[in-house]
Amino acid sequence: MDTMFNPLVGGLLIGLTTTIYLLSVGKVIGISGILSQLLFSKERYLPFLFIAGLIIGGSAYGILTEQTVAFPETRSPLLLIVSGLLVGYGTRLGSGCTSGHGVCGISRLSPRSIVATLVFMTAAIITVAALN
Amino acid sequence: MYAIITLAAGLLFGLGLAFSEMTNPAVVIGFLDIFGDWNPSLIIVMASAIAVGMIGYVIKGKRLTPLLASKWQVPTLRNIDAKLVIGASLFGIGWGISGYCPGPGLTALVNNPSEGFYFVAALIAGSGLHYIQTRITQK
Repeated sequence: MDTMFNPLVGGLLIGLTTTIYLLSVGKVIGISGILSQLLFSKERYLPFLFIAGLIIGGSAYGILTEQTVAFPETRSPLLLIVSGLLVGYGTRLGSGCTSGHGVCGISRLSPRSIVATLVFMTAAIITVAALN
Repeated sequence: MYAIITLAAGLLFGLGLAFSEMTNPAVVIGFLDIFGDWNPSLIIVMASAIAVGMIGYVIKGKRLTPLLASKWQVPTLRNIDAKLVIGASLFGIGWGISGYCPGPGLTALVNNPSEGFYFVAALIAGSGLHYIQTRITQK
C-alpha cells in the first residue's frame, strides 16, 4: 500500500492540474505542444512560464518525497540523442505525448488520443522488451 | 492572472511527475517492462490523473466558456490517420529507449543534467525537424 501512495498523489496532482488549467484557460496540457510553442511560435511568454514551472516542480524529486527507485546509471549520449530525436519528431507528427494524448485526451474520450496512447504504449513496451 | 495560472500549472504538473517518480526513467522503464520485472505504479498515476481529468470534462460540459477565456480551445479532430499512428509509434520507440517522454525529459535538465542535456537537445532538434518539414510542405 505504501508503494502506491506516491503514484496516487502524483496522479491526482496531475489530474487536478489539467482540470484547473482546462476550466480556467480552456486548453489541454500537452507538454510536447507547449514546448514547440516555446520554440517556434511568436507568443513565447506563457509557454516559457509553464516549462519553467514544470522543470522547477519536477526537480522537487527527493526533496518532498522519498525516492523509492534509484536513477539509472548515466546512459550513452548516442542512446539519449536517438531517443530525443524520436520523441521530439514523433510527438509532433502524432500531435501529442503522454500528457496531451495519454492524460488529457483519454479524459475526454478522444478516439485519436485513445488510439495514439495504445500505439505509443505498445511501441514502448516492445522496445523495452527488445532492448532487454 | 493568465500568467499566474500558467506558472502554477507548470509547477503542479512537475510536482505530480516528481511525486509519482515519472521523472525517474528507471521507474518508467520498469513500468514498460511488462515481460520482465514489472513495476505497475504508473498505471495508478495514469488512472488517477484520468479519473480527475474526467471530472473536469463533466464540469466543462456544463459551462459555455472557461473562467478566464472567451472560448474553449480543446482539440476537435477526430480522424485517425497515418500521421497519428506513425508519430505515436516513433514516439513510443523513443520513449522505450530512454524512459523519457517530453515532461520528465525536461526535468532531467536539473535532476540528471548529464543525461538531460543530450536528450533535450535532441528533443528540440526532432521537434524542429518536424516544424521545418511542415513549413516546406505547406509552401
